[in-house]
Amino acid sequence: MRCRRLVCSWLCAVSVAGVGLAAQAAAPAQPAPTGNTPAGKDLYLRYSCYACHGYDGHGGAGARLVPTRMTVERFTAYVRNPRQMPPYSTGLLTDAQLGDVWAYIKSLPVSPDAKDIPLLARIMSGK
Amino acid sequence: MANNFHSAGRRRFLKGAAVGAAGALVPGAGAGPLPADAAQPPPAQSRSVPASPDSAQLLADTAPPAARENLRIVEHPASDFMVDVIKRLGFEYVAANPGSSFEGLHESIINYGENRMPELLTCCHEESSVAMAHGYAKIEGKPMLAVVHGNIGLQHASMAIYNAYADRVPVFVIAGNFRDAGSRANGVNSYHSAQDMALIVRDSVKWDDEPGSLAAFAESMVRAYKIAMTPPMEPVLIVLDHDMQERPMPSSPVRIPRLTMPAFPVGDPNAVREAARLLVAAENPRINAGRMARTPEGITRLVELAELLQASVNGGGDRVNFPSRHPLAGMGAGAPDVVLNLEVQGAGSPNPGAIPASGNAKTINISSLDLFIKSNLQDFQHLADADIAMAADAEATLPLLIDEVKRQLTPDRKHALQERGARIAAVHQQARSAAMETAAFGWDSSPVSLARLCAELWIQIQNDDWSLVSWQGFISGWPGRLWNIDKHYHYIGGQGAGAMGYGAPAAVGAALANRKHGRLTINIQTDGDLNYAPGVLWTACHHQIPMLTVMHNNRAYHQEVMFIQQMSSRRNRGGDRAHIGTTIKDPNIDYAKMAQAYGMYGEGPIANPKDVGPAITRALERVRKGEPALLDVITQPR
Repeated sequence: MRCRRLVCSWLCAVSVAGVGLAAQAAAPAQPAPTGNTPAGKDLYLRYSCYACHGYDGHGGAGARLVPTRMTVERFTAYVRNPRQMPPYSTGLLTDAQLGDVWAYIKSLPVSPDAKDIPLLARIMSGK
Repeated sequence: MANNFHSAGRRRFLKGAAVGAAGALVPGAGAGPLPADAAQPPPAQSRSVPASPDSAQLLADTAPPAARENLRIVEHPASDFMVDVIKRLGFEYVAANPGSSFEGLHESIINYGENRMPELLTCCHEESSVAMAHGYAKIEGKPMLAVVHGNIGLQHASMAIYNAYADRVPVFVIAGNFRDAGSRANGVNSYHSAQDMALIVRDSVKWDDEPGSLAAFAESMVRAYKIAMTPPMEPVLIVLDHDMQERPMPSSPVRIPRLTMPAFPVGDPNAVREAARLLVAAENPRINAGRMARTPEGITRLVELAELLQASVNGGGDRVNFPSRHPLAGMGAGAPDVVLNLEVQGAGSPNPGAIPASGNAKTINISSLDLFIKSNLQDFQHLADADIAMAADAEATLPLLIDEVKRQLTPDRKHALQERGARIAAVHQQARSAAMETAAFGWDSSPVSLARLCAELWIQIQNDDWSLVSWQGFISGWPGRLWNIDKHYHYIGGQGAGAMGYGAPAAVGAALANRKHGRLTINIQTDGDLNYAPGVLWTACHHQIPMLTVMHNNRAYHQEVMFIQQMSSRRNRGGDRAHIGTTIKDPNIDYAKMAQAYGMYGEGPIANPKDVGPAITRALERVRKGEPALLDVITQPR
């Protein structure tokens, strides 16, 4: 019987969600991404970004990525030297590849607001 | 006595009714010769195939029981008395996978005991038997009996026993044994015998015994029950000799001792008084509750204490200790200056990193774990710093603490505390709003987000008398954030020792306990866990245990995906191979078909979030009629 390590605390995981990259300080308007979105999707899945950030970048054990206000430069700098997630060096993912990942993240659909989801509004109004 | 299994009459079934029953199950069996195919030598095998056992070994290990000419009918076997003892202790169910080392007891349960109080539950794995008892106890507040085969059954059960041990849950295990080597046959009986069988699990049971007589059996059973049910509650084990089950009852009556539960240990009055003084004077106290509420009364008392003090309550997550929507629920605001830990295991807080205590904070620990500890398994974790420590049951101590707090609270102090309560309530409301905002993330994503899955479930069960019987840790705690959890059976925590294979059988055991109360049982089931022993789905069907199972099918042992991904990155090797050895894909498992194969309503896979709600409606129709049902939902990783 294998004994699996568990999450240190689901509350800890919860506390991380929603305060990550998507909540970074607002940046000035920027041009549309120039990276290769399909290639970025492949890298996002292959390098297990989805494992913490979800298949659509909406978070989970890790931070929410969508919508991101980060520039590609800031995104790349963060991935090279992150606060919480594992780092990815240039030997693993080139700047161009990170640009592709960034382009993929920028292409992901934004979620509706909670107030626009009737089911959540019903739950919020419940006792 | 001959050594040959066949001639020894391994099962001392007798001519007459018992042989007739065996014959009915296995045509041609009984006193006559073995079936022709069983007597044939094994077919020739190629060199690449491992050698088969010889025909004598096959006969010894697989032949049906045979009657012996010199045996007589035993109309009043000792195992009938054992059933009397079991009935006296009030066991409702016996979970078991059959095994010859307890065949006498098995027969007595179903015939002499008429399979009522206790009813025998057919389990497909001993780990399932014990985990079912684990889940049952957390709902019902008393043990279920799990009977396991000598050596092999106990080893199958061992992981589940450790889970219950680490989760402080009373599970009562009986293991059969062919204790006397002088009467024991060669072959399987010897493999299922031990000189000290309890040694296999002694580190994870609170007490064990192998009684040598019926009088000792009765006393040990009552003693074991009492020990298991005294805080800290833990599993116990009785090893039961096969031959003793088969002997005739002695002519003189055998005493069954009366079960009298002791008053549970409460905190020292001086320590309680000092704890109350610290709490009343505190500017920002916080209460952490681990496995505190043993009964519904525990929740009521904690609410009373928290409201008196206007203190925030971190419920922890192992039990329902405090209503999730109570304004004082949560981590409160700012660093606490006094921390009250109630049955919290480890370094002072279930979530020590969330809001650290201030540097000169005072800590009060009340825990029954100070009364019982073992050496080998390290589940006791780190020693908590404490200014006041009470070796006592926290729930039993709460009334004393409440009385003392009431005595020390002045009207002025009460007024000041109300203002603090308003601040904590505001933080609680902000946290609820934030949870709703977070729940919206990925609302329309496919695979389905766990927040949406839990929201779709809640909206359909909120008006039922419901019970969530699965752990929240793998689903990002969404029920705790979205659902109104305020009864002890609304949530029962998790594995204890963190071992997979607990989830599905514990859910079935909990659902069984819920059945007589008419509760709607919900199991959000991880895929990795279900694959340990999925046969429990059949047990749920066979015994008509209603429960809605919704798969959290992320097609992985996902925690391990993240661990390996992190490890790879830390070594500058990337995460592109993190799926190797951690995911459950290629081929994908069809859990709806799995459920159907076991006789259960199954639907899925469901990957479109818009399909989840209607599927829940259809499945709940089945469950409300008394059936188990399973929905396979393809989900986001977390």
